[in-house]
Parts: sequence; C-alpha cells; structure tokens
Amino acid sequence: MNKMSFSWDRALITCAAWALALLWVLPLIYATWTAFHPAEFETRFDLTAPLTLTNFSDAWVQAPFARYFLNTTILVTMILIAQIALGTLAAYAFARMDFRGKGILFSLVLVQLMIMPDILLVENYKTMRDLGLVDTILAIGLPYMASGFGIFLLRQTFMTIPQELDDAARIEGTSIMGRIWRVYMPLAKPTYLAFGLVSVSAHWNNFLWPLIITNSVETRPLTVGLSIFAATDSGIQWSVINAATLITSGPLLLAFLLFQRQFVQSFMRAGIK
Amino acid sequence: MRRDWIYACLLLSPAMVILVGFTHIPAIETIINSFFSTGRGRRVPEFIGTDNYATLLADPVFIKALKNNLIYAAVTIPASIILALMMAVFVNEKLRGRALLRMAFFTPTVLPLIAVANIWMFFYTPGFGLIDQIRGLFDLPAQNWVGQTDTVLYTMIAVATWKEAGFFMIFYLAALQTIPMPLREAAALEGASRWYFFRRVTLPLIMPTTLFVSVNAVINSVRLIDHIFVMTEGGPNNASKLLLFYVYEVAFQYWDTAYAATLTVVILGILCALAIAQFFFLDRRVHYK
Amino acid sequence: MLTNFFKTSTTAAALALATSVPAFAVDLEFYFPVAVGGAAADTIEALTSEYAAANPDVNIEAIYAGSYTDASTKAVTAARGGNAPQLSVLLSTEMFTLIDEDLIEPFDTYLTEAEKSEWIDGFFPAFMQNSQTGGNTWGIPFQRSTPVMYWNKEAFAKAGLNPDVAPANWDELLNAATALTEKDDAGNVTQWGLRIPSAGFPYWLFQGLSTPAGAILANADGNKTNFDDPKVVRALQFLVDLSKSHGVMAEGSIDWGATPKAFFEGESAIIWTSTGNLTNIRINAPFDFGVGFLPADERFGAPTGGGNFYLFKDSSEEQKDAAVDFVQWITAPEQAAKWSIATGYVAPRADAWETDAMKAYVEEVPAALITRDHLEHAVAELSTYENARVTSFLNDALAAAIAGEKTPKEALAEAQAQAEAVLSSYR
Repeated sequence: MNKMSFSWDRALITCAAWALALLWVLPLIYATWTAFHPAEFETRFDLTAPLTLTNFSDAWVQAPFARYFLNTTILVTMILIAQIALGTLAAYAFARMDFRGKGILFSLVLVQLMIMPDILLVENYKTMRDLGLVDTILAIGLPYMASGFGIFLLRQTFMTIPQELDDAARIEGTSIMGRIWRVYMPLAKPTYLAFGLVSVSAHWNNFLWPLIITNSVETRPLTVGLSIFAATDSGIQWSVINAATLITSGPLLLAFLLFQRQFVQSFMRAGIK
Repeated sequence: MRRDWIYACLLLSPAMVILVGFTHIPAIETIINSFFSTGRGRRVPEFIGTDNYATLLADPVFIKALKNNLIYAAVTIPASIILALMMAVFVNEKLRGRALLRMAFFTPTVLPLIAVANIWMFFYTPGFGLIDQIRGLFDLPAQNWVGQTDTVLYTMIAVATWKEAGFFMIFYLAALQTIPMPLREAAALEGASRWYFFRRVTLPLIMPTTLFVSVNAVINSVRLIDHIFVMTEGGPNNASKLLLFYVYEVAFQYWDTAYAATLTVVILGILCALAIAQFFFLDRRVHYK
Repeated sequence: MLTNFFKTSTTAAALALATSVPAFAVDLEFYFPVAVGGAAADTIEALTSEYAAANPDVNIEAIYAGSYTDASTKAVTAARGGNAPQLSVLLSTEMFTLIDEDLIEPFDTYLTEAEKSEWIDGFFPAFMQNSQTGGNTWGIPFQRSTPVMYWNKEAFAKAGLNPDVAPANWDELLNAATALTEKDDAGNVTQWGLRIPSAGFPYWLFQGLSTPAGAILANADGNKTNFDDPKVVRALQFLVDLSKSHGVMAEGSIDWGATPKAFFEGESAIIWTSTGNLTNIRINAPFDFGVGFLPADERFGAPTGGGNFYLFKDSSEEQKDAAVDFVQWITAPEQAAKWSIATGYVAPRADAWETDAMKAYVEEVPAALITRDHLEHAVAELSTYENARVTSFLNDALAAAIAGEKTPKEALAEAQAQAEAVLSSYR
C-alpha cells in the first residue's frame, strides 16, 4: 500500500462519512430552521430570513411540555430501575441455580423476548382497567418492568463470570444478594449499559401503548403529547411543531453534544459485545 | 437443592409475575378470544369456532398488511444493520469533526419518531417539499412519494431505517473499539487490505454485537409503526399498512376486538417462531464465547 | 336517598360533611377533541369556567383528548371500562357506532316538549341529519364544519379569469383549473389548478362531488350504502379524470395537512378544505383569496362534518340532568357565537348568527356567511353502523381508483359488496 492510495482511501471515507451524516442530521437541521424562522420560511431557505423565537413561545404556551417531559423522565427511570432490579435477580437464578422447572420457566422468559406487551395492548388495557390503573404513569410502565430481553442478556453475561468468584464470596459468608451486588453486577456493567440504552431509547420513543392508556396531561408522555399537539386537521404548522420537538428533544441533544466524549468512552471502556 | 429452589422462587417471582401477567396470560386470553365473536352493546360474545380465522384468510387487507410487513422487515433489518456498521466504521476512524459526525448519527435516537414523522412529511411533500425542491434544481418533475401506492411503503422504510441505523451505530462503535490496535497494524504491515482485514478479522469479532442488534431489529420491524400514524394511516389503499397498525385499527377504531385478537394470534405465531429460531442461534453463538 | 344514607351511617355522614363542601355538587367530565389548535382549547376552558361560576353546584372537568380519532378511542375504551365521561364531543358520524355499543342515550328523555321544539329545532337541519335517527336526538351539533372551496384571486387574475367569481359548476371548475395549471420550460407543473386532498379520509371531500352528482351515500338508518350508484361512479370518474386525463390536479393521494400550505405557496390555485381552516388561511395567505360553495353538478351539495355532543349512559340521573343543562347553555346563541368566532367552526343555530358578536364578525369576515349558506345544500356526512370499517371500504376504493389500480366502477362495486356483508346484519 503506498501512501498516495492510502490518502485517497481516506478522503473517500471522509466524504462518505460526511454525506451520510448530513443525511442523518437533516431532520434536525430542518427542525432548527423552521423553529427559528417565521412560518412563511418553512419551505423557503433564504439565508436573509428574519429570526424569531415566537414559535417556541407559541408551542410552550399551547401545551404543557415541561409536564410531558417530566412524565417521560419519571416513566423511563421507573422502567429502567425495575427492569434492572427484576432482571438481575431472575438472571442470577437462571445462570447459577439448579431447580426443577428451570427449562420451562426460562423458555417462558424467552417467549417474551419477542412478544412485547405492545402487541397485546387490547388485553393489557383490560388488565389495567381491572387494576384501576388506567391513566397512570405506573400503568404505562408496568407491563415492561420485567424484560425478557434483559433477563436473557444478563443471564448470558452472568454465565461467563467464573463460578470461583461466586464460591469464594460464599465461603466468606456473603449472602446471595451480597454476591449479586458485589460480584455479578460490577462485572456485568457493559451489559447493563447496553441494555439501559436500549430500554431508555425504547421507552423514550414509545407511543402506541401510552396513547391508549393515558388520558390526561398529568400522565401523558412526550410522544403522546407531541402527537396530539401536532394534529393536522386544520393544516400543518411545521414551525410550531418543530419548535415543540426541539424543546422536548433539545435537552438530550445538548447533553449528548456536551458529554458525548465521556458517553462514548465509557460505553467503549465498558467494551460491550 | 431444596433451599436453592426456595431462593430461586424468591429471585424469580417478581419478574415472573409481571411476565406472566402482561405477556403470557394476555396471550392465552387473546387466543381464546379469537374463537369468539365480538360482543357489542347488549350482544354477548358467542363461540364461533374458527370463523374469525376464515375471515382472516379471506381478508385482503390482512394479506396486504402481511406482505407489506414482510417487505418492511426484509429491507429495514439488513439496511439498518449495514448502515449502522458503516457509520461505526466511519466514526471509529480518526476523521476531522468526529464529534459532530457522532452527534449527527445519534440524532434519531433522541428525536421521537412521532415528532420526526412530520419533518419527513415535509421532505416528501410533492412540489415544495425538500426532495422535490432539490429535484427541481435539475428540472425533474414533482413526485408524490407518500401519495402513490407503489412508493409509499419505501418512504416508510426509509424513515424506519433512518431511525434504527443511528441507534445501532452506538453498539457497533463500542464493539469496534475493542478490536486491538496492534492487530490492525500487524495486518497492515503484512500487506492485508482494509477490506480483507474487515472481512476476516473485524466482522467475526463483532459477531455478538450483530446478533444483539439483529434481535432488536427484528423486534422493531413489528413494533416500529409510530410514523405510520402521522404520515399515512396505512394508506393509500392499504399500501403502507403494517400488521400492528392493522391490529390497532381493528381493535380501537372498528371496535372488533375478537378479530383484533385473531390478527394478534397470527403475529404471535410469527414472533414465536422467530424467537425459537433466534434462541438456538443466539445461545450457540454467545453462550460459549 | 341521600338522607337515608346520612341516617344509617353517622361516620359516613361526618366524612361526607367534612370533605365535600356543597353536599349536592355534581361532577361532570367531558372529553373534547380540538382540531384547530390552541385557541379552541382556551375557549372551551373559558366557557366551562363561565358556566361553573354561574352554577356553583356543578363541577365540570373538560378533558382535551387529542384528535377526533383519539377522543373516540378514549371515550369508548373508558366507557367500556365502566369509567365513561358524562359528555363527549365526538364525530357526528360515530352516532350509530355509539348506539350499537349501547353507550349513549338520546337527549329527548331529559327535555320537555317546549325545550325540544325551541332548542332542538333551532339547529340547522343539515347538522341534525347526523344527529337524529329513529325519532330520537342522539347528538347535539357543536363543533361542526363543512368543506368549502378557497381560491387564489391573484392567480385567477393572472390566468385571465375573473377573480371575484368562483367556478359554479364542474365544467367551469375544470375550465378554471385548466387555465390555472402552469408549467415551466421543462414541462413540469409549477402551479396546479386544483387540489382536493384525498389522503387519510378521502370519503369526506368525495362527498363534495358525489352529493352534487345527486347521490346520497348511506340511508338515514345507517344500515345501507349506495356506493355503486352510477352517480357515485360518475363523481369518482370526474375526480380521477382531474389528474389522469385533464392534468389539472396532482396524481396520487394528496395530503390533507399540507393543503393550506400548498395554497399559500402557490402550489395549487384552488383548494377544497374544511371551513375550520378559514382562520388559518385568513391569517397566513399572502394574497387575496375567495371562499365559495363547492361547485354544482346536478345540484349544489357538500357533506357536513365535525363533532356533536353525546350523552353517555353510565351516569347518575343528576349528572345527566346537569350535563343536558350544560349542553343547552354552551350551544345557546351567545356562547355558540363566541365558540364559532374563536375557532372558525360554523355556529350550528340560526339564532347564533343574530347575535351582535356574530354580526360584527361577519362584517369583518364576510366569508363566514358562505359557510353558513352552504349548509342549505349540505347533507349528512357518511355514517353507518360499524362506521369506521364501512367507511374504510369506501376510502380504499377511492384510493384504488385514484392510484389507477381499479376503475371507479370496479372499485365502488367492490366497496359496496364489502359494506353489504357488514351491514346486512343490521337490517
């Protein structure tokens, strides 16, 4: 490989990377453009167009986005904590214990790997109604609190942890919970991180189930709030809708931009496989 | 052994209660309901055997949704995985502005599909939409991408791929970082081309990530329908109707819960088959690593 | 009953006294969909608090439930779960479905004869077509609309047409649209003559063609459709030909939401859309525009649209009385005028148009009068039992014909057969 062709290679990769990135960030660029300009520039990209913040104030006044944001944050945190707690306990049992019916129980878990509660929304709605939980944040989260996917991933990881570590801790008199907490969880950090990202992203974006189970501002997550805000029966208003989108996604984007190095690095250091 | 059993019970029961309560029991109830008629008002549901299944097989909308969903999965899954891998390779290089690139690829993860769908709607709008404005520069005619039965499904696929590739990129990026630098340098010294190295070393090493990502991709090919609500509602003439959207429609707009249950049973069947297949594959590949 | 309750349980009585200040307060919950943006929700809020101030014994909680579809989904799921609101504004076309589900009650039970003739008979008859069946009144018109035609006067002048006269029939419409369709040197269209949005719910604007063609799509009992009527076929053929043979309208299914934008951008010179867009267009159109009736064929005609108040069954008698009282109040002339001015919905009663506020508004926005006068020619929006499903048959047929997958005749015959299969059990 001579130096010349190597740099050509590089130039090509750089170009392709930027082209792809541009394509990917286009919706965000467009959202930003419309949000900061008056509505008549939604479809005209004139660099001399006047800037404005009224779209933001309009969106802010028209719907309680702060509340929606809070609801989503509560929801996502609640689900993640529950999934990790329940998943870890179950995964430990599947990975390190012998008991009758293990195979059957594990296959029940695997079934849920694919059949997510979203598909069973009709029946789950009835259950929530019977539990009196309709229109609560708990009801949005409850069906997801045990994740087949999470249990499966953690079990696979736990099985790679040497049994000797477990035994040594047991001889020292550490309880099961103590061993899970001090031996297994630290060693499975990468799995937690990867699963956490999947879970947070899934529930941050989840729409169908919350749409059906929530009725009020106090429980609606962002996705549902945005969708009813953007009802287009009387003509779509991209500038205000996009301002709302930026208001609600802005904090996360900003956080990623600021902390992306730390985020990606810790993700990498964890070395998920 | 006996103590183990008690402990196992204690450890498992919280998760199992929720799994069984919100997945298995509802799944069984759904199967039972599919053999009954829908109760409306004062008419109670009656046992009708397999009538709902006969209706299903004769339902052109179901057949169409099934076909659409197969195409949707067949394109979205490989496209998003390949693009994700490309992106990860790109941002793993020491390129200028790597931070910006990463952030660009990461945007879909943060922007909810339901909100972004409106933006995509603008891109696709005939005449004054973004794509057509660009086409207009080359004197190409306006195209009604979302309004034509032969293109609409692909516009939905593009949005889904956009959404997923950026997300999967993160996992690949982390996996690529674990490939030791010396390995790469050694290969370069030996005269191995980048492509050869990628094929023979990188790909096998990131296999577990590919499996992880593909499980997610398969699940999402059924689940990811938010943009359909905003952009097409399955139209025109069901050309962009996907199975889960049809279930929603039948259950919550037609109020035909029994038929919705029948549709759900079909999805359950497909997913179960996939789950079993994937389990054997996954267990073999990841377990003994 | 309440006294009994007090006598038998003193602790409960103490509790009741301690917690509820007016012991006889009635709680009302009502769902409303707002399709017109922020102003509407504020107006509802203002109106309900005004009512609450005048009636301290009634607590009204107005719940904004999203789009029409979302609101129906919520109301029906809640009602099936024994958690129904007392009132809800839902599409007028849901009437048969709600009756079929046994969820609503007619208003007549709670009205005196005098109220019936004064109040019920005061609504425009076109709106009542979707509100009454079998001799009962199930819905009270509130958030109602009708489609109208908006045209760009500048574009008309440029194309050599009289900007102050709307095309009055299909021939004139076609001629105007042909004159208005502009192409650039490459042969690409830069301005379409006409835009009739057809994505999502094509049947509604299609009724703006089928009604003038002389067809009525469904009977008043909601159990028979006439999709294969030759007049309906003719209307659909006309719609298809607009793009396929005459090239005056874009091909394929046309988006609803972007329609006003397409008008502002000059992408289309004539658009058909709801009166609910009047305010939006008035504020944002950068040119002079006209508002007119949908063009006539055999006759003038259009569907009505929008939402009615429904009274849900599963409530106490006190609640139902209070609910009916509230509906009477909010549809009274002053309130109806306020609502109509704020949102652009058509005030559903003739007497609302006689109020000072409405008169002043009409002075300012003469186009509002067009929407009212259009009602004289309006017919019921397509509504049957299992409405969403039956309507989807027609929607699919329209989309298939527009896409060129089937001929109008084939498509409509198929839709009719599908509708028959569902509706025959309701006769």
